[in-house]
Amino acid sequence: MVNTTPLWEVFIRPRNGLAHKHVGSLHAADEVMALQAARDVYTRRGEGNSVWVVPSAAVTASDPDQAGENFEPTGEKIYRHPTFYEIPEEVGNM
Amino acid sequence: MYSQGLIGADGRTDETPEFLEAFQQRIDAEDKIEPNDAMPEGYRRTLVRQIGQHAHSEIVGMLPEGNWITRAPSLRRKAALLAKVQDEGGHGLYLYSAAETLGVSREQMTEELHSGKAKYSSIFNYPTLSWADIGTIGWLVDGAAIMNQIPLCRCSFGPYARAMIRVCKEESFHQRQGYEIIMTLAQGTDAQKEMAQDSLNRWWWPALMMFGPHDGDSEHSDQSMKWKIKRFTNDELRQKFIDATVPQAEYLGLKIPDPELKWNEEKGGYDHGEIDWNEFWSVVKGNGRMNRDRIKARRAAWDNGAWVREAATAHAEKRRARKMAAE
Repeated sequence: MVNTTPLWEVFIRPRNGLAHKHVGSLHAADEVMALQAARDVYTRRGEGNSVWVVPSAAVTASDPDQAGENFEPTGEKIYRHPTFYEIPEEVGNM
Repeated sequence: MYSQGLIGADGRTDETPEFLEAFQQRIDAEDKIEPNDAMPEGYRRTLVRQIGQHAHSEIVGMLPEGNWITRAPSLRRKAALLAKVQDEGGHGLYLYSAAETLGVSREQMTEELHSGKAKYSSIFNYPTLSWADIGTIGWLVDGAAIMNQIPLCRCSFGPYARAMIRVCKEESFHQRQGYEIIMTLAQGTDAQKEMAQDSLNRWWWPALMMFGPHDGDSEHSDQSMKWKIKRFTNDELRQKFIDATVPQAEYLGLKIPDPELKWNEEKGGYDHGEIDWNEFWSVVKGNGRMNRDRIKARRAAWDNGAWVREAATAHAEKRRARKMAAE
């Protein structure tokens, strides 16, 4: 099939003050059409006021096979959380 | 987010007993499976087939209703029907994207639809003969779809579950606008009421068939339940649908075309007559009234749109070249 169009990832900001969030993907020939299609497909019911489209090929993702070594060590580092430290109640929180 | 890397990948995993056991444990623990995770080939194949069929159903499902857009009886009805058909196109796109994360391309799925290799819901092989059919489709067909789809929001495969959450949010409008159309007809003149009843008579049984064969005859059911792709069996969902829609028909003063339909106090649900499974299989195999028409229309849409896709690609290429030359 000759007409395979590139894939784009779509991000939408629900309203000012919030971050753009990934909502899905779509195919389009270029960024102009990708934006138009994203608006039609992903914002039919007031989902947001701003759209980003990013070529899927431009996303570099971590390898799920390495998820263990990447993300598990943090579970043991409980000293990174405030609750690790015992402070007398009368001192209070900042 | 992941599909491009996966298209054309063979996706094969060494399915040792330990691997399968660990995979099942993840499923049992309600862990979601994401596209790049190792998964049994059967799980991938089942999902590609199911999500593909589901996407095709949304796309083909635009045809019976599109047939009535220009003839909707008021501007309000026309705007709602247009929005509903547009939603269905959107649902097809979310679902194709979800399937693509499993390593199949949109083009491949489209080809399989056009060649008849891939199936879509057999309900769309019935014709929409009157305006009342648009109401009945919203009420019963979208109603049945909601019954099927709500459990899919908890499907073990992440992208499918996420797509279904979006779809379900939108589907409720479809069902309500349909019921409102039928309600208006049922409360109208005798001729309008008759039109509503005639429509219910034609769509009731095909709507029940949407849930698929009886549990004992459903070839993919057991494994899909185990993998939490499905959460309820075909017969369980069909029963829920009947129990929900019979009182809705009574409210309208319409009669469900099943002489054996009876409330069963003991089971707390309705007993119903047997479904004509010969009709079901005949339509699935391509002999419904509209099978050929539907595929013909999809092929024509694809072929007649080829020049648009080619022009868009050529234009994108030209812009890219111009931009590079300017840099």
